[in-house]
Amino acid sequence: MTAVELAGITKRFPGVVANHDIHLTVRKGTVHALVGENGAGKSTLMKILYGMQKPDEGTIAVGGETVSFSSPADAIALGIGMVHQHFMLADNLTVLENVVLGSEKLHGIGAKARRRIKELSERYGLGVRPDVLVEELGVAARQRVEILKVLYRGATTLILDEPTAVLVPQEVDALFDNLRELKAEGLSVIFISHKLGEVLSVADDITVIRRGTTVGTAVPAETTARQLAEMMVGSELPTPETAESTVTDRPVITVDKLRLTAAGGKVLLDDITFTIHEGEVLGIAGVEGNGQTELVDALIGLKSADSGVIRLADREITAWPTRRRREQGIGYIPEDRHRHGLLLEAPLWENRILGHVTERPNAKGVWLDPKAAQEDTRRIVEEYDVRTPGIDVTAASLSGGNQQKLIVGREMTHKPRFLIAAHPTRGVDVGAQAAIWDHIREARREGLAVLLISADLDELIGLSDTLRVIYDGKLVADADPATITPEALGTAMTGAASGHLEQEDNPETSADGSQSPESEEDEAR
Amino acid sequence: MKKFDKERVLLAVAGPVIALAVAFVLSAVVLLASGKNPVEPFALMFEQAGFSDIQVLIINQASMYYIAALAVAIGFRMNLFNIGVDGQYQLGAMMAAIVGAHMNLPAVLQIPLLLLTAVFTGAFWAGVAGVLKVTRGVSEVVATIMLNAIATSVIGYMWLPTVFGVKVGNNNTTGEMYESGWIPGIDMGAAGEIYGLVILAVLLGIGYWIVLNRTRFGFDLRASGASESAAAASGVDPKRMVLTAMLLSGAVAGLAGLPILLGDAHTYNLSFPTGIGFLGIGIALLGRNSPVGIAFAALLWAWLDKASPELDFHGYDKEIAVIMQGLIVLSVVVSYEAVREWGLRRQQRRVGAELAAGHVLGGPDADNNTTKEVAGR
Repeated sequence: MTAVELAGITKRFPGVVANHDIHLTVRKGTVHALVGENGAGKSTLMKILYGMQKPDEGTIAVGGETVSFSSPADAIALGIGMVHQHFMLADNLTVLENVVLGSEKLHGIGAKARRRIKELSERYGLGVRPDVLVEELGVAARQRVEILKVLYRGATTLILDEPTAVLVPQEVDALFDNLRELKAEGLSVIFISHKLGEVLSVADDITVIRRGTTVGTAVPAETTARQLAEMMVGSELPTPETAESTVTDRPVITVDKLRLTAAGGKVLLDDITFTIHEGEVLGIAGVEGNGQTELVDALIGLKSADSGVIRLADREITAWPTRRRREQGIGYIPEDRHRHGLLLEAPLWENRILGHVTERPNAKGVWLDPKAAQEDTRRIVEEYDVRTPGIDVTAASLSGGNQQKLIVGREMTHKPRFLIAAHPTRGVDVGAQAAIWDHIREARREGLAVLLISADLDELIGLSDTLRVIYDGKLVADADPATITPEALGTAMTGAASGHLEQEDNPETSADGSQSPESEEDEAR
Repeated sequence: MKKFDKERVLLAVAGPVIALAVAFVLSAVVLLASGKNPVEPFALMFEQAGFSDIQVLIINQASMYYIAALAVAIGFRMNLFNIGVDGQYQLGAMMAAIVGAHMNLPAVLQIPLLLLTAVFTGAFWAGVAGVLKVTRGVSEVVATIMLNAIATSVIGYMWLPTVFGVKVGNNNTTGEMYESGWIPGIDMGAAGEIYGLVILAVLLGIGYWIVLNRTRFGFDLRASGASESAAAASGVDPKRMVLTAMLLSGAVAGLAGLPILLGDAHTYNLSFPTGIGFLGIGIALLGRNSPVGIAFAALLWAWLDKASPELDFHGYDKEIAVIMQGLIVLSVVVSYEAVREWGLRRQQRRVGAELAAGHVLGGPDADNNTTKEVAGR
């Protein structure tokens, strides 16, 4: 019995990977995983299935009948519901109000609706309380509200877009239990992810999508994570090079008892102390929203600390404005490149100037030097493999990976001593990701100190020489990337563990033991 | 890359052309609706533009519009809306008139003194709004509107005979300025005189372009306007930039009334032109904040102003010109946004197409892309 079938879906877009001849069949009562790298076209496909976009070619069939959606309302009417990656809930309303919002006609807004919510919650083990304010709920609970919202509207096929991205491993397990309840009740789930371990544990069928097209299907029992990864990437994975430790004992950036509070007195960062040496990558693990953004802002000078000291080499820079910090060798790859790294409607060469307007080759004295800047932009475009027809096009017309390569090239050109890399490969395709890692590794060999913040635990563990865990604005734990597992790191990210994380003997994870066992002498705790 | 340059020119011209066409059509509709000939008024006004005396009037008027619009544009370039240009230029002109009536230095000193008086007065008045925004977070829109009202009161106070005022009949004036502060015009014979300070307007336009496009400061200012967050991350101090931009905008605004003051009026009285600051907003919009665009827009506005009185002699209302100015502003806002989005989408499409066709800057790159790896272990 087929719940949803997509055949020959093609969607063309300017400049980005769209969909090409996609085939996807979801059986009723199963969890169907759709895996692929960032930018492979998963989200576009789901937007098509949810009626947010119209395919250029191909057909959609629901329950065996060919349908055509012109808006999400059509999709909802046929029992397709979507749980977005970014929750769409009103914080200042209760769960009940959020659920009925927009669907007041179904069961009213009063006792009948409350009964229905309780009934759904019990039936699928969601544990949702209708009268709590959403702002009081944690991330996992909000996600369950989103799922309930979709069920309330009568969905029989649920699309979950990267549902685990915001969850810690323990919450992921709970979510998977919910998904199993759903499928036991005969509902179908389309589960979008690029985390292969999760996919293998929860899915009944797997469809792999690469460069906008479906490249194969698999059954978890007969496949391994490595095989899936190879399907996703499209070539055999090279074993990662044995990275030699390049850590020296010359400190580049020293942060001592940094404290930052919000206007209302809420503590955002507390007692942050760490040192990064020449040639060292310090990785910060943590669930988003635990102070990473504030830490970056404090280091680059966008927020000034309430107390504490920041030193660059032997100079105190706590009071320095952002520009001086950047001139003196702090490179910055921002978390949100559209907000902090680029002028989207300006040409590439002006974006090359951004952040380094006082430095050569961009300026001579108070005057800009557009010729030299343009020349250097051409060089960056070539050396960093930015795919663009020219340097006069706007930054907005490049794909995310190419925008990021431009930013990396720009920052590296000015030979930073200390690089802040916040999610350097987020939303970037595989090729660009590898290139960015290579650039960071290469600069590290030449003595660059890097603060790496990432939500991708594999990236953190793979690139870092030292790992610290941030939780609720504090660095609560440290770990050796050579021995730590993502699971143990995940536990610490929930605040459940602290101190030095020791991993009991685990042959699989210690295979990469050549990663530098980092000296712990400068660590605060 | 010439292709993209040509495209940019096309996009830059498409917006105003569409807006003007729409405005003409809508004005014609208004005329039709009131039972009049929809074409003849325009024909009459075009005819006016051919007379040399009207041309002089247009240029003189345009010079003031141009300076006011530049002042507005400085704010626009960094997302500040200086509605207070109107108060700033009136106060600037009045202070210059007062100084000019009470000081009598040789012309080489007197004229710079008067210009600086106007510059500092305008900058000070705008600076009040800037300081309020930076220190107290007051929206510059609200603050400058209020300051306009206050400026009107200040001017009324200064006109009191007990302060700086000199009554000439029923007219309030600030007294005749000493001749050393008069700037001779460019004699056009029977057509009249072009104000000497028209040259100042041209210089300001050139200076505006150089500062914005060729200096570090200009880059920071434009970056702040394009994305406040990105500018801050790039090292621009947002508060300082707000204050500097307000001061600059006010300084330029202060000069907007001087062409007529030093070239013709020689006193600040009740018939001194008002409302130029507000017109400057529409002109800056139409001119897309570009010095050349603003020049065309200022000339267009001045033409509508100076050619429309003729309509009264032919049974049409000269207010059709005002209606047209309003319609232009409306259609400008709509058409620019539409053209901008269309341009962005078009460029994305073309970049996609060029990349798909393999036109990549930097030549062969197929090889270095095959090495893929997963991070770490």
